[in-house]
Amino acid sequence: MAGGTAAGLGVVVMYLSLIVLIPLAAVVWRSMDDGPGYFWRSITAPDAWAALSLTIGASALVALLNLVMGTIIAWVLVRDRFPGRAVLETIIDLPFALPTIVAGLVLLALYGPQSPLGVNLAYSRVGVVLALMFVTLPFVVRTVQPVLLELDKEMEQAAASLGAGPFQTFRRIILPNLLPAMLSGTALAFTRAIAEFGSTVLISGNLPFKTQVAAVNIFSQIEGDNTTGAAAISTVLLVVALVALVTLDLLQRWGKRRG
Amino acid sequence: MAKHVLRLIAVAYVMFLLVLPVGLIIWQTFGDGLGPFFESLTSPSALHAFKVTLTVAGLAVVANTIFGVGVAILLVRHEFPGKRLLGAFVDLPMAVSPVVVGLALILVYGRFSPVGGLLESWGIQVIFSTPGMVIATVFVAMPLVARSIIPVLEELGDEQEQAAHTLGASRLQTFLRITLPGIRWALGYGLVLCLARSLGEYGAVAVVSGRLVDQTQTLTLLVEERFQNYDQQGAFAAATTLALIAVVTLLLTKLLRPKDRSDGN
Repeated sequence: MAGGTAAGLGVVVMYLSLIVLIPLAAVVWRSMDDGPGYFWRSITAPDAWAALSLTIGASALVALLNLVMGTIIAWVLVRDRFPGRAVLETIIDLPFALPTIVAGLVLLALYGPQSPLGVNLAYSRVGVVLALMFVTLPFVVRTVQPVLLELDKEMEQAAASLGAGPFQTFRRIILPNLLPAMLSGTALAFTRAIAEFGSTVLISGNLPFKTQVAAVNIFSQIEGDNTTGAAAISTVLLVVALVALVTLDLLQRWGKRRG
Repeated sequence: MAKHVLRLIAVAYVMFLLVLPVGLIIWQTFGDGLGPFFESLTSPSALHAFKVTLTVAGLAVVANTIFGVGVAILLVRHEFPGKRLLGAFVDLPMAVSPVVVGLALILVYGRFSPVGGLLESWGIQVIFSTPGMVIATVFVAMPLVARSIIPVLEELGDEQEQAAHTLGASRLQTFLRITLPGIRWALGYGLVLCLARSLGEYGAVAVVSGRLVDQTQTLTLLVEERFQNYDQQGAFAAATTLALIAVVTLLLTKLLRPKDRSDGN
């Protein structure tokens, strides 16, 4: 290792440690502060448990919705030509650029108590799912789209000329090629959804046992000065995210091996 | 037939999830003309929130740009043990809930922690103050600059840098004359993404700022506070401003991205 590399590496590791690694380690450390018994009681406290179950359940549902809708949208963007396609292509990324609190507010304007459509989803679990759908929209679209662009159309034509129907071609030719990217995008959407805070704050109303997600539960525990309890739930979220990311890494390697 | 059904599903989904909600809020903000919009945005609290937001986001973008370029060069141009692990650490912030980021920083830099107590005895308050908000913003936006330039650095290769070095250029000269021009569009793209994320951060900043009105309140915190206080016009005006910034960001990234590709070819 050259001297320049070592010096640069030292600075980078120090910076990362001060801002990211030591603080995150402090969360895990604090969660065990009062022993494993307190940790267990913190995460199985009725409100915390309800928040964690809602978060993981709603995130899994939203991830599955994204798997289907994201693939359809990516397909339409790559294979279909119609006026307005370029606009659709551009605005797909809007949830990445829009602050989450604004996302929550705009959803509340259309699907809240003053909804011009007459659909009131405020303070309901459907509202939470809607907020998560909004912030995770681009993930599957943006992972599937490049793979679909690269996909060789000749294989599909060959399948069709050998007598395969459109459904058979999709299932036997297209789907196996897209699957790694589809699942990677789904895993990313899931990780994002379990971490989500800002967009759910306004539309969920934060009702414990009903619409309170884990991040909001952590927030209220911090406000109530129970940092050890907040750290315990945070640790669970970190572990779930870690599992999802390791799965994602395995999926990507699997995809590369097949590609 | 199937083609039209899929197109209809995709367009309707994006319409009802994205376009109509965002469009509605812009419509309602300007429903009473531009007067009330500007009135809300020029209130002392709103002006102060603008100032805090720009200060925090500005400092965070500078920090993340320097770090991002440095770590990208390190990951692409240098060999060392643990390289994959470092790459994973750089991406880690993306998987952490903003609220957990806030909690993590309070635990280390809060008044009742050893480090925070020491800093406070030196007269530096981190939590409930600007430094904490900057660190929180740096945390959440950390990978954006690095991830934008890494693929371009890889594609460029290091032949030109080697040549410059052989001809006697210093490290700084090589970086300024060779590397920087090569990655400028990707860097611009990463900067825009990083700035947008920094301006829009809510959760982490909500925790570490203590949400003190007229002191540590940013634009996103203003949106929430105005809304909870039944000032819909104020909340919508700030939200629309942030939404318009997001739209500009989006268009800028679209402009920068294709250039990035042709640069690489």
